[in-house]
Amino acid sequence: MTTNSTSTADPAVSVENVSVSYRTTFEKVPTFRSAVRRLGRGQRVVHLVEALREVSFEVNHGTSIGIIGANGAGKSTLMRAIAGILPPSEGRIEVHGRVSTLLALGVGFNRKLSGRENVVLGGLAAGMTREELNERYEEIADFAELGEFIDMPMQTYSSGMSARLAFSVAVHLNPDILLIDEALSTGDAKFKQKAARKMREVAENAGTMFLVSHAMRSVKRLCNEALWLHKGQLMMQGDPTEVIAAYTKFLEVGEDAFSLEDM
Amino acid sequence: MRARERERVGSSTLDPTRETTARSSAADGTHGVERQPGQMNATRLDEDFTSSVHVYEPHRNGLPRLRPYFKALWQRRPFAIEMSRASIRADNVNTFFGQIWLVLNPLLLACVYFLLLMIIRGRNNSFDENVVRFVHLCACLFVFHIFFAGCLRQGASSVVGGGKLLLNMSFPRLLLPLAEVRTAFFKFLPTLALFFVILLGFGRPLHWEAIMAPAFLLMLGLFGAGMAMIFATMQVYFRDIGNFLTYMIRMWLYLSPILWYPEMASDGLERIGIPPQVLHVNPLYSMLGGWSDLLVRGQIPAAEWWIAGTVWSIVAFVAGAVFFMSREREFAVRL
Ligand SMILES: Nc1ncnc2c1ncn2[C@@H]1O[C@H](COP(=O)(O)OP(=O)(O)OP(=O)(O)O)[C@@H](O)[C@H]1O
Ligand SMILES: [Mg+2]
Repeated sequence: MTTNSTSTADPAVSVENVSVSYRTTFEKVPTFRSAVRRLGRGQRVVHLVEALREVSFEVNHGTSIGIIGANGAGKSTLMRAIAGILPPSEGRIEVHGRVSTLLALGVGFNRKLSGRENVVLGGLAAGMTREELNERYEEIADFAELGEFIDMPMQTYSSGMSARLAFSVAVHLNPDILLIDEALSTGDAKFKQKAARKMREVAENAGTMFLVSHAMRSVKRLCNEALWLHKGQLMMQGDPTEVIAAYTKFLEVGEDAFSLEDM
Repeated sequence: MRARERERVGSSTLDPTRETTARSSAADGTHGVERQPGQMNATRLDEDFTSSVHVYEPHRNGLPRLRPYFKALWQRRPFAIEMSRASIRADNVNTFFGQIWLVLNPLLLACVYFLLLMIIRGRNNSFDENVVRFVHLCACLFVFHIFFAGCLRQGASSVVGGGKLLLNMSFPRLLLPLAEVRTAFFKFLPTLALFFVILLGFGRPLHWEAIMAPAFLLMLGLFGAGMAMIFATMQVYFRDIGNFLTYMIRMWLYLSPILWYPEMASDGLERIGIPPQVLHVNPLYSMLGGWSDLLVRGQIPAAEWWIAGTVWSIVAFVAGAVFFMSREREFAVRL
């Protein structure tokens, strides 16, 4: 492990004063027709949502960090900013190493294509070579345990099945930094255990992992650091037990209430 | 350990991290060496081309740094190829009839337009003239309708259709419209074979000048790619651009030398005293005209046609790429 020697000089991810805002209009779908219609009526209303506000933190190599917070706190936004999908509107994000994303459900999948084609497309989009993919394809398919469904269009998958495939692709990309956003919430109990084991394996192999979860127990079990976001602001970063205790206290709910819907 | 304290910690670490990218990438390199070889599999490729350090900063409508962007684009080209292959496979699922349809559809279309021409222009031409007219129509209609219009139509929906892939993965978005250009080209290839069958079937000679025709196809491809990028970007902002595009393609078809010969327009203009060079306002005038002249008549087009076609295609390609790249960071938010 090289974490100690490089920890201060060279963090895996450093986020400096990052703000991310979404500009939305109240139009459901922007169209040319509505734009022309609007010409007569003047300005359209643009709504600015500040999803992240001046967030700064650093994560060292080899850390598995849990991100917790209420719905709409900006957790998914933070993951997308670190993955380079959403540009920050202010601040700077520096990422050292290759990022593999597992964001929300459905991940990057084209539902008309088969599971196999999607695995290949996902891997290539993430920058794998064909040889690497051929090497690892069987492993990915085996881990997802989809049987003959792997060659069926993904329209025929249940949400848990696509989540399994997505998780399998993400962990087998051998990322330096793994981002997981609630992707396990629909997996069945058996797969969750298997996934948890795999995540621990990734974490132990000196990989860096970000885990967004509403399940406090899995954060405690899998992470050695935690980060609490509230309404786009960083409330606390530190030991998972402490952060979770503070968070639950903040919510004025006992920890028991959370263990019910664990993981 | 509340926000204030974190901020203090954050600002104290601010200075050491504000090193140049070059320095930090060097630091990362040494870090990488220390790791077990098994771990490096994933990053090796990236490090060959770009450093594994990514810096994300706000850039409002500005262009991304071009060198790393194009390196990443080149490195990810297998993705575009696979994307295009998958969509071709999805399109003709029932392989045999799917293939037949790919060829039958443009052939029927050519017949419809030929019938239209016969009705409008009358039938007082010789058989030979009608054959040349039909072969010219096929040469231009196939390349226009399948290749060029295909680039526009499929390219336009490439980004919006990318959906989840765009929201959850980070890659040079330019790959999406370019993949559609490849798709359109591969759909065009069987119709090119069909064209040669028609050409030879009607007993027309195969001119040696035809070996120069790929130059015009290349111009058309570059021009089509530029248009695909522009319309892909516009569709993010105006989802109904597809409706508008249908009419545009139809009008472009009538305004280009497909149903008529290039010299018909230039002669007409000369008669009323307008220099025929005005016709090069339509980029397809030189591209389709040159394509047909070389293939059907075996005439080498005049220099101004080569120049007009080349200039138009390069301008469209560069403008399209710049427009697309300056907007692509916004796509994830807009979808
Ligand atoms: N595409 C979008 N357009 C506009 N606003 C958005 C968009 N996506 C998210 N937001 C807003 O950004 C804020 C943060 O959203 P985000 O998805 O990051 O929350 P989250 O912490 O992941 O929540 P959850 O726990 O429900 O997943 C919310 O206020 C949300 O309304
Ligand atoms: Mg979320």
